[in-house]
This record gives sequence, C-alpha cells and structure tokens, in this order.
Amino acid sequence: MPEKKVLDARNTFCPGPLMELIANMKLINVGDELEVLSTDKGSANDVPEWVKKVGHQMVSTTEVNGVWHIVVRKAK
Amino acid sequence: MRILIIGGGTGGTILANNLARRLAGEIRAGKVRLTLLSASDKHMYQPGLLYVAFGQMTPDQLYRDEASLLESSVDFRVDPVTEFHLDRNEVRTKSGKIHEYDILAIATGARIIPQEVPGMNEGAEHFYTEEGAVRLHKRLMEFQGGTVAMVVSIPHKCPVAPVEAMFMLHDFFKARGIRDKVKLQYNYPVNHVHATANVARWAKPEFDKAGIEYETLFNVKEVDPVKKIVYSEEGTECKYDLLIAIPPHRGMETIEENKLGQGGWIPTDRFKLTMNGHDNVYVIGDATNIPVSKTGSAAHFEAEVVAENIASVIKTGVPVREYDGKVYCFIEAGYDRATYNAFDYVNLPDLKPPSKSIHWFKVAYNQMYWTTVRGLL
Repeated sequence: MPEKKVLDARNTFCPGPLMELIANMKLINVGDELEVLSTDKGSANDVPEWVKKVGHQMVSTTEVNGVWHIVVRKAK
Repeated sequence: MRILIIGGGTGGTILANNLARRLAGEIRAGKVRLTLLSASDKHMYQPGLLYVAFGQMTPDQLYRDEASLLESSVDFRVDPVTEFHLDRNEVRTKSGKIHEYDILAIATGARIIPQEVPGMNEGAEHFYTEEGAVRLHKRLMEFQGGTVAMVVSIPHKCPVAPVEAMFMLHDFFKARGIRDKVKLQYNYPVNHVHATANVARWAKPEFDKAGIEYETLFNVKEVDPVKKIVYSEEGTECKYDLLIAIPPHRGMETIEENKLGQGGWIPTDRFKLTMNGHDNVYVIGDATNIPVSKTGSAAHFEAEVVAENIASVIKTGVPVREYDGKVYCFIEAGYDRATYNAFDYVNLPDLKPPSKSIHWFKVAYNQMYWTTVRGLL
C-alpha cells in the first residue's frame, strides 16, 4: 500500500526544500509519495524540474496561504 | 536528576560543558549527575578537513583529547551506545553497561556512505575523513593536468563545501602554476549551482570569472573507475581524470539499528529540539531530521538552547526558549577571501561580498573553535 509522508520544509533555506526532498526520496519506497511544504516560491518551479529530469512523477502543486504543497511520487 | 548525553562531537561537547556550568551547584550537591558517552576519546574539528585536503592544515591539528575539552564535573566515558530503550529511560553500551537517565540528549552526528553509489569508493576522492583528505591532498599535489570533476550526493554535511572546494581548487592550481592545464568541472544535483538561492546567485558569476565549468541537474548514479566516467540519473556523463565526491550521508548506524529514525535521522521538533513522542529526549546536530543545515554551527546553537532549557526545567520547572533555526556558516571563496551565510527560520540568508578580513576571521576561528566547544564562545 503506497504511503504518503509529509516533509515540513517551511522557512528553511539551507540546504532548502528541494534538497530535503531529494534526501527523503531515498528513504521511501517506489510508489510512495512525499508532500513537501515550502514557503519558498522558487520550489514550485525547482521541484518539478528536478522530478522531470530524474524520472519521478509530479502529483500536484498547490499554494495555500503562502505555503506551497508539492506532492511527488517516487517512480524508480 | 541523571542527564545522559550521547555523542562527543560539537553539539554533545558544548551541551555537556554548558550544562556543567549552569548546574555546577546542583552537581556539587549531588542532585544532578551529568554523563557523556562517546565512541572516541578524540574530538575532531571537521571543518579542518577541507584545509587538510589543500595542504593548509595537517591532520594532527584537527584533534584534541575530548577529556581535555570537558568540565571536570562531566563524567566522560568512551563507551558507545549499542541499544536505546527509550521506554525504560535507559541505554546499553558496548561494554555491556546500562545507563539510566532522566533526561537524554542524542548528538551522535552523521556518517558518510560512499558505498551507496556504485563505484564511488573505487573511483572518487573526498575530504570527509582524515584518510580521505590526506589522500586527496596527495592526488592534488601529483596532478599534472586534465579534468578535475566534482559530484555531490545528498544529503551531506556542510552544504557550502562543494562551492568552497571549487574555489580552493582554482587557487590551488593557480598557485601550482598549472591552472591552464586543468579543467574544473562542477556537477550539482539541482537546477542551480547551489541549493541555497543567495549562494547560487553569488557563486555562478564567480564560477564564470574563475573559468569553473558547471552542469546542473546532475544527480550522480554511478562511477566507472576504469573508464573514469561518472554517470548521472539524468542520463548524462562526465569524464574525469580526478573525481572529487561529496559522498551521501546517513545518521549513525546505532540510530538506524535501534530504529530511532529512517536513514538514521531522528524525528525532532524543530523548535523544542525534543524527539517526537519523547519529551525527555533531546536531539541536536546532524542526528536530527530537521531541515536545517547539517553543520557544526547548527549543532552549536541548538546545544545552547537545549542547555538553557534543561537547566531551567531543573531549576524552575519550565523551559526558557525555542531554537529559532539559527545557522552561521563561513564560506571560503578561495585562498584569501571568504564570506558567510547567516540565517534562521525567519530571517533570509544575506550573503556579503567576500573579503580578506572574513577569510582571516575564518582562519582564526579554526583555532577559536576549541573555545566554542568548551562552551565559552
């Protein structure tokens, strides 16, 4: 059963939400999802670009009150 | 009141010394017992490894005896923890001893796992251990020309280390008079030259000025040490004559073996610095899963908060403050210039232009560090 993990990277800058996503992708199984919470609007572009290049799947990106909720599925 | 600290690195040592001073009266009266368990009798200044790789420090300068850094009231033992029994408020050590505690602080740090990347151990150098840094220095001194490539795995200690190393490589080969024979190739896993926006904004034009070539979105997949090619997840490849890797990291084995956190990263409240589900267990430094930099700087500021809070809880029953995400990191920009990055959960990083004075402050801090871990600076 695929699992979903939430990664709260709000108000963090170094190494930043995308790097935290990459580190945590290693810890989940193929098919599982990671939802990254980020207050850095650059993440909304940076995460999908990385996901596409490396070969995982974007599930959704939504912004709620200045917080981006970016959901990624591990595909390989 | 039994306070047990696991880990004699930056965070654990500062915490122990800070508590020893704040609770001096209680310790003398026998009301508090303060114990520090470590896997080593030596304390290593890890940022010095970069300088060892470039011949600017020697390995002996990295170490002090841990006992010499600690207040005499700290009961220090070289006896690593093998089992954690948080439900019983006790740990078991390698010697078989059981330590019971009322308050536990875990500061076990992180380790490199280059073996996670096929071929990295055989094909790449690094500066994340003494052995690695010494070997890299030899390779750099022997290098006569060709491509020096860097690859970066995630997560890793010291987020700015890749950038620092590139600038130091540039100055190193200039000093050797062979910079024109060396291609410096920087490969980085995200779509900027650094994951931290202001570092990327500063470093990119500096790379251009220094003639450092770079490829972004290069997530290292495997290294072929025979063909001397490193391959990326994205399907690209980089030929090298000397490969320097920032290896992937995990938390310590004992943390993973005791199932305290996936990957060895312990789930920790980013403000209170308590382990999720265990209010009497604090976690500081690289061992946490908090999305802050894995640096001695974060460990230092976290240790101060935890020390204040533990002491206050013992004396008054209530903690006094929360960790605000504070980090302060020097960034070497070559042999004679440096800048720094300072930020917290609220204040954005604001990189100043590199200067000689900040470089010399960093060089001085390489010695002043020993005052920091004594809890004095």
